[in-house]
Amino acid sequence: MKARAAIRSGSFYALVAAIVVYAVFPLYYAIVTSFKSGSALFRPDLVPPGIDLENYVLLFREQPFAGAIVNSLVVATSVVVLSLFVGVTASFALARVQFRGRSLLLVTILGVSMFPQIAVLSGMFQLVRALGLYNTLPGLIVSYMIFTLPFTVWVLTTFMRELPKELEEAAIMDGATSWVIVTRVFMPLLWPALVTTGLLAFIGAWNEFLFALTFTLTNTQRTVPVAIALISGASQHELPWGIIMAASVVVTLPLVVLVLAFQRKIISGLTVGAVKG
Amino acid sequence: MAGASRLSRRRTRAAWVFLAPMLVLLSLVALWPLARTIFYGFTDANLLHMQDAEGVGFANYLSHEGGRWRGVLADPLWWQSVANTLEFAVISVTIETVLGFVIALVLHTSFRLRGLVRAAVLVPWAIPTVVSAKMWSWMLNDQFGLVNSVLLRLGIIAQPYAWMVDADLAMKAVIAVDVWKTTPFMALLILAALQMLPTECYEAARIDGIHPVHVFFRVTLPLVRPALMVAVIFRFMDALRVFDLIYVLTSNSEQTMTMSVYARQHLVEFQEVGYGSAAATLLFMVVAACVGLYLTIGRVRLQAGEEA
Repeated sequence: MKARAAIRSGSFYALVAAIVVYAVFPLYYAIVTSFKSGSALFRPDLVPPGIDLENYVLLFREQPFAGAIVNSLVVATSVVVLSLFVGVTASFALARVQFRGRSLLLVTILGVSMFPQIAVLSGMFQLVRALGLYNTLPGLIVSYMIFTLPFTVWVLTTFMRELPKELEEAAIMDGATSWVIVTRVFMPLLWPALVTTGLLAFIGAWNEFLFALTFTLTNTQRTVPVAIALISGASQHELPWGIIMAASVVVTLPLVVLVLAFQRKIISGLTVGAVKG
Repeated sequence: MAGASRLSRRRTRAAWVFLAPMLVLLSLVALWPLARTIFYGFTDANLLHMQDAEGVGFANYLSHEGGRWRGVLADPLWWQSVANTLEFAVISVTIETVLGFVIALVLHTSFRLRGLVRAAVLVPWAIPTVVSAKMWSWMLNDQFGLVNSVLLRLGIIAQPYAWMVDADLAMKAVIAVDVWKTTPFMALLILAALQMLPTECYEAARIDGIHPVHVFFRVTLPLVRPALMVAVIFRFMDALRVFDLIYVLTSNSEQTMTMSVYARQHLVEFQEVGYGSAAATLLFMVVAACVGLYLTIGRVRLQAGEEA
């Protein structure tokens, strides 16, 4: 009996270990590769021969990578601010006020969040050009609203529905307008939800590729995913893998830290966004 | 009573004011571009001069000219893209569901370091798709890749495989990378569903001495099925519109070309906005059908949520 229990817990922990290795190994190998240069790059050692920072130096000296990071930060931050601002007021109306057409509106918003990006690409391209925003960061910020806004509204509506009714009733008794209720009464309670949705919107905007690839033209306006996809070497068959891996590590590590720090918030946001749909 | 209804009228008015910015933004960036795309699908628009597009009816979809069929629906490559997309979506979502279930069950039991393991599982989800595509294409590199080197050393393969080029392997490789990247999402959704299950059934099953495998198929699976269905359809729709991963891993290769890649190639590289928009509209209709299915299944939960 004891031996069987030992085998069972042993194989359970083996399974756990396999899951962890499967999840984390590619990132580990990217980090290892980014520390190799010269001929070491082409030997598949699992431990780097030393910490060689040449790839990182080349990444920032020869590629327009620092600019791409700044662009990505500007775009992602603006997207978060804009979609939270518009999302909070809209979700107050959707969560707390009974009006005709509310269900239809909610379903439409959910539907928009599932639009394939390619289905709006030519129309969006024309819109971005008509607004004079082609090859600019504001062009990306505006177009990213299509995927961050429905999601933000949806998650915030779910959170706001759960706030106690009494709070609002007391405020109405005191003669508070809806604007005061949103900004003074609800906002302080909404912080956890705002952090969650803000983080998810940030990650979404930081990772977006198709619009960024299509609506920007010059290196100075590119965001990080496009910059990485376009890193090339002397010829098509000689990709500078060390530099590409260094770039991958630079953009991924902050994200991984963010995700680990806010694990619970992100998980609750993801599950509200999908499971409760 | 009169005061109450005045109050509710005022609240309704305030609600629409609050909704206005979102409605304006969403109409601008979602409904308008979608309408334009559908419109362009019926024109001969070209990327360089989109303004002077002229209507061509259904010619971009299908037409019979000079004894030949033309249009998206007559292009064998389009149908290959449809088949590729379906193959990609069905296989990757199936593997993700099974693997995600295993991981969710592991994370649902309590053991030491569980928080750390859950954090590790989230890592692939947090990595940008472009970056994970690059990481894997380096590991799957035909000459210097780790995967080939390990398989060679273990004697599983006799010579290195060209994972991204070989017609039989490219799709398998792409699916493997997608499974790695999106299984965490699936696992978390299933885990959330597992955590909402009532514990009484399990106590009863344990007292009756029912085998855990039976408990899984008779109790757990039926109870999480609604949530699982929603998660599966959600992921399936996401897989149907896949672009980044395929574009970065295999570029415009025909073996792995999906509907999104096909539409973008015509729209941007060939600059045929009309033709590309027609293909994009077809993809939209496929996804819309799935959204309809999702909403019908999800409706029950939507109403349940509103009553609470």
